[in-house]
Amino acid sequence: MPSNKPRTIIEKVWDNHIVAQREGAPAVLFIDLHLVHEVTSPQAFSGLRERGVKVRRPDLTFATVDHSTPTTPRNLPIVDQIAATQVAQLEKNATEFGIPYFGFQNLNQGIVHVIGPEQGLTQPGMTVVCGDSHTATHGAFGALAFGIGTSEVEMVLATQCLLQRPSKTFEVKVEGTLKPGVSAKDIILALCAKIGIGGGTGCVFEFTGSAIRALSMEERMTVCNMSIEAGARAGLIAPDEKTYEYIKGRKFAPKGEEWDKAVAFWKTLPTDEGATYDYTVSIDADALEPMITFGTNPGMGMAISGAVPDPASQSDPLERESLRKALQYMNLQAGQPIAGQKIDVVFIGSCTNSRMTDLRAAASVLKGRKVSPSVRVMVVPGSQEIKRQAEAEGLDQVFRDAGAEWREAGCSMCIAMNGDQLSPGQYSVSTSNRNFEGRQGKGGRTFLASPLTAAASAVTGVVTDVRSL
Amino acid sequence: MQIQSTVAVLPNDNIDTDQIIPARFLKTISKEGLGDQLFCDWRYNADGSPKADFVLNTPAAKASKVLLAGDNFGCGSSREHAPWALTQYGFQAVLSTSFADIFKQNSLKNRLLPIVMPKDAHAALFVALEKDPALQVTIDLPAQTLSWPGGPAVEFPIDAFAKDCLLEGVDEIGYVLKQDSAITAFEAQRSISLNTLA
Repeated sequence: MPSNKPRTIIEKVWDNHIVAQREGAPAVLFIDLHLVHEVTSPQAFSGLRERGVKVRRPDLTFATVDHSTPTTPRNLPIVDQIAATQVAQLEKNATEFGIPYFGFQNLNQGIVHVIGPEQGLTQPGMTVVCGDSHTATHGAFGALAFGIGTSEVEMVLATQCLLQRPSKTFEVKVEGTLKPGVSAKDIILALCAKIGIGGGTGCVFEFTGSAIRALSMEERMTVCNMSIEAGARAGLIAPDEKTYEYIKGRKFAPKGEEWDKAVAFWKTLPTDEGATYDYTVSIDADALEPMITFGTNPGMGMAISGAVPDPASQSDPLERESLRKALQYMNLQAGQPIAGQKIDVVFIGSCTNSRMTDLRAAASVLKGRKVSPSVRVMVVPGSQEIKRQAEAEGLDQVFRDAGAEWREAGCSMCIAMNGDQLSPGQYSVSTSNRNFEGRQGKGGRTFLASPLTAAASAVTGVVTDVRSL
Repeated sequence: MQIQSTVAVLPNDNIDTDQIIPARFLKTISKEGLGDQLFCDWRYNADGSPKADFVLNTPAAKASKVLLAGDNFGCGSSREHAPWALTQYGFQAVLSTSFADIFKQNSLKNRLLPIVMPKDAHAALFVALEKDPALQVTIDLPAQTLSWPGGPAVEFPIDAFAKDCLLEGVDEIGYVLKQDSAITAFEAQRSISLNTLA
């Protein structure tokens, strides 16, 4: 851009990718990395065939299976024939269109938002898209990363571009130091509770402040991952030394001279001094407690020491009705403390919380303890690579000794498409990202929380503040 | 593009795409056959029989081309199966005070109009429909207006480009494919190579 106006990182990444901008029309935006999975892509490939069009840049496209794949041992076949057909279809499409593909049996298969960074595919300053709303995860690296629908998947396959209007910029400033027992997940759940599930609609978040800088890359991914749960299509964090350190040496990271050039470029990305945002919100990290949701969307959350709110206290009639319906679905009483609520299942996994940091946190609580006999505990690593690493550290043994299940990589009970699901009426404490009605199985009831809270609750069989163990 | 229709009413805020079409129906490799699964878990009993009191099971709703819902419609998952299911049921427009970004984009690409109403008009329409459930609304896309007998004339915003595409039947992918030379020039001038898989 010719102007010297200070810009946010969001605007810089945007400006770097404008291919064409006709007056009155959306920008044609170039996409650096397109991640593809089995659920939202088959209809897009059918569209390409109908048009007789190839994939423009198979070298910038990457496919894997995660959503409808089982997390049972990999020597077993996929029992669900509809899911098996969908998985086979992606393999067929990847082969036919020449797209790199990590299949079900590949040693590096995993959740698409876990393996992108793990393989070094995700890099600062990129535009990253995927037919999945949790694509914002990649924003942790200073990439503009967002979810798209299947028509847009087809457009990116065909043209490597998207038609886009710029979003508003929204700074989420998190200053201070997290207390023991409080984690990255609690930061993002606190944001969802503060601004609501639609609070960031039309915006891209930039997470700033000392508490964000103090987070590891894996923790930053947890924060960015749930941007969509506060309404923003993307959320990002400016790259720093931690970012470069994480990427360096990974399979698809730049090497040699290319690495130096890349780092020099990445250093130009952080928001300029004096740049302004359309919106700003602040979160005080010192004051944060472990968070948990009580309702049927991620904005219905509170500190774990809190009590379920009373619909009668809501002034807006539609909001009052929403809360009443949520409590009815969850079968919770207004005023009841959330801690102590009985649970049936604990799920530790998903693109939000299935990385080494998360597994280590859960294992630190479960080591030397037993899970409650009334609770089923599933631990699902985000990738086969993470599974191997956790096993090398002996974490799998900690989980097994405690009485938890140690499973293969995939989305699993976050979206309950693969047979891992709640029964009607069951309660879970889940490290995933959505507590919508039926999200973890028809009639299932979800409390979203951090791996620490999930592990503590697994031990007691009730919603538990890890600091009270 | 003009729509004149009765209105099916779902007075919930924050209706997410997991409600519109639950994830277990996303294992399909086709776009078809989703209309019967629209709002499946609100619409059917455990034995699969329709819940008589759920709005989409009423003959009036089945004849409606317009759905009126609470704030922040279509939040959550990016699944385009949501607008596919809504249009296959027979809806051509959804009225709300706001829409989630990805759902809005997906809808426009499937000729489903996401109509953003001012809060007061939105509330007034709920009241008018409570008085007269057979009330018909008229949506005029070229004029960007929504109206009903006895109600205010509501102007609604819509992306000018998306409006042209809808009215003139422009294929957006075809539109970008035609910009091939600009894309090629862009690819050639990139100073930093991010061609990770090349």
